[in-house]
Amino acid sequence: MNVHQSLTAAQPVETPPVASAPTERDTMVRFESVSKIYPAYRDKPSVQALTGIDFAIPRGSITGVIGRSGAGKSSLVRLINGLEKPSAGRVVVDGRDISALAGRELRLAQRSIGMIFQHFNLLSSRTAADNIALPLEIAGWSRAEIAVRVAELLELVGIADKYDRYPSELSGGQKQRIGIARALATRPTVLLSDEATSALDPQTTRAILDLLANINRELGVTIVLITHEMSVVRQLAKEVVVIDGGEIVERGHVADIFTHPRHPVTQAFLSEVVGDSVPVSLASRLVAQPIAAGRAVIRLQVRGSNAGDTVVARLARELSIDVALLSARIDEIGGQHVGSLTIGIPGGEAAVKQAVTYLSQHNFPAERLGYVA
Amino acid sequence: MSRELINLIIQATGESLFMVSVAALLATFFGLPIGIFLATSRKGELFAAPAVNSILGMVVNATRSTPFIILVVAIIPFTRLIAGTSIGSGAAIVPLTIAATPFIARLVEGAIREVDGGLIETASSFGASPLQIVLKVLIPEALPGLVLALTLAVVSLLGYSAMVGAVGGGGLGDLGIRYGYQRFMPEMMLAVVVVLIALVQTVQTAGDYLARRVNRRLRHR
Repeated sequence: MNVHQSLTAAQPVETPPVASAPTERDTMVRFESVSKIYPAYRDKPSVQALTGIDFAIPRGSITGVIGRSGAGKSSLVRLINGLEKPSAGRVVVDGRDISALAGRELRLAQRSIGMIFQHFNLLSSRTAADNIALPLEIAGWSRAEIAVRVAELLELVGIADKYDRYPSELSGGQKQRIGIARALATRPTVLLSDEATSALDPQTTRAILDLLANINRELGVTIVLITHEMSVVRQLAKEVVVIDGGEIVERGHVADIFTHPRHPVTQAFLSEVVGDSVPVSLASRLVAQPIAAGRAVIRLQVRGSNAGDTVVARLARELSIDVALLSARIDEIGGQHVGSLTIGIPGGEAAVKQAVTYLSQHNFPAERLGYVA
Repeated sequence: MSRELINLIIQATGESLFMVSVAALLATFFGLPIGIFLATSRKGELFAAPAVNSILGMVVNATRSTPFIILVVAIIPFTRLIAGTSIGSGAAIVPLTIAATPFIARLVEGAIREVDGGLIETASSFGASPLQIVLKVLIPEALPGLVLALTLAVVSLLGYSAMVGAVGGGGLGDLGIRYGYQRFMPEMMLAVVVVLIALVQTVQTAGDYLARRVNRRLRHR
């Protein structure tokens, strides 16, 4: 029974319960103590790309894999579709050890794993429709079957009117839509996305991510998102794996990771999204010593509280002072507020101490940055 | 120019075209697969066979570095074996093919290597076999480059064909040497050169046009 038999009729998607331990049935991809070493070649030394990777990707989920460039993300995703073989350990996809397959068996298994790429990788010699048809030709479908399937896919990704256009005549977003249609052609159960939006502008990125979310919801395809952009993970993924130096440094639900990042790499990625740096205009006016009739500048972190948006108002009311809002950025991630606020507190040392105490009591870590006039 | 001389030119043009077109077809037949193999058989590539690759590369280089006129004479026994004779236009096709095959192989290798490696990875990712990758990805994507490569090979063959007069191959080059140079008929030499220029120009223009037609990276609308 194939859950993708119809594109239009949405089949119920199994989502594993959050708390219970994942069983074999709930797991789409499982890494078991996987290491990947690229042997030395000519003047290049050997490279340990991945070390001791152990994790499971739930069936039907959207899982983000985030890391800096060179962290091992690409190796990780290429182990899932058998383009690379692990040096140690196993990679099990849909109950099958993909790392043990070779030749014809591997090629058959690869048809149930779609992949989309940063630079789209479309054939310039083929039209949109013929690009989508390529994996079907390779799988040996008949012309008639291919025509029907390609028409469905063009419709699904919303570029039905571009069927006879060559890639050189299309925009980046349109090309990636063809890439997605092509990846879904053979009705895969897993879709791997290798930086699929990194070459697109923010608006197109959002549209492509929406399309991926739809595909996940309607077809139940498990999506693995490789990216170096936290905003992509935030918009789409439920689960996130942070890798650095070839190792998993943090993993969990997106909301948890965003609200309580522990590893420095995760924190760095997070500050990219919430922007906890002090604005230049403010930083240039900051001085270390109190100024008469000036304000103390305090930065407070909003992490996982659901009251981040009203904290300034409550602080002002509680202490009866005019709290100045100097800069603020609050985002909602997984239903929780995440961000940082920079505020100015007037009224001398006593008021500042009171304010800091109030804030820390209410779980807003605060630090004094200095003073402004 | 007399009627007889004009007939000589027409006959020689026919011989040249015959030798060049048959040799070009045969050399493509042998050179295309060799070129594709050279482009895909280094370490880590589609048909990885580094040892065979370097041996084949050396053979190709050796053939290409042998001056054509020496090649023609050196392989006379082989030519006789294949063509039954070592003189005439038909026999000249053998050395022409042998000289053009490695040339085409190198040009094909270059054109195939121009294809973005990401496309090979992409095709592998949806389970294409190496042969499918060659037929459905590499050749179609390299087609504009392949057309230009073959055009260049045909033009070079026209040049080579001038030398096969040495073994009685006939053709325009032979006519130019015997009548134009040895019998001192400058107008004959000029006529031969003009016909050759016209042929090369035609082949090159046709090749360029065809390469543009098959290049989908250019906008056509």
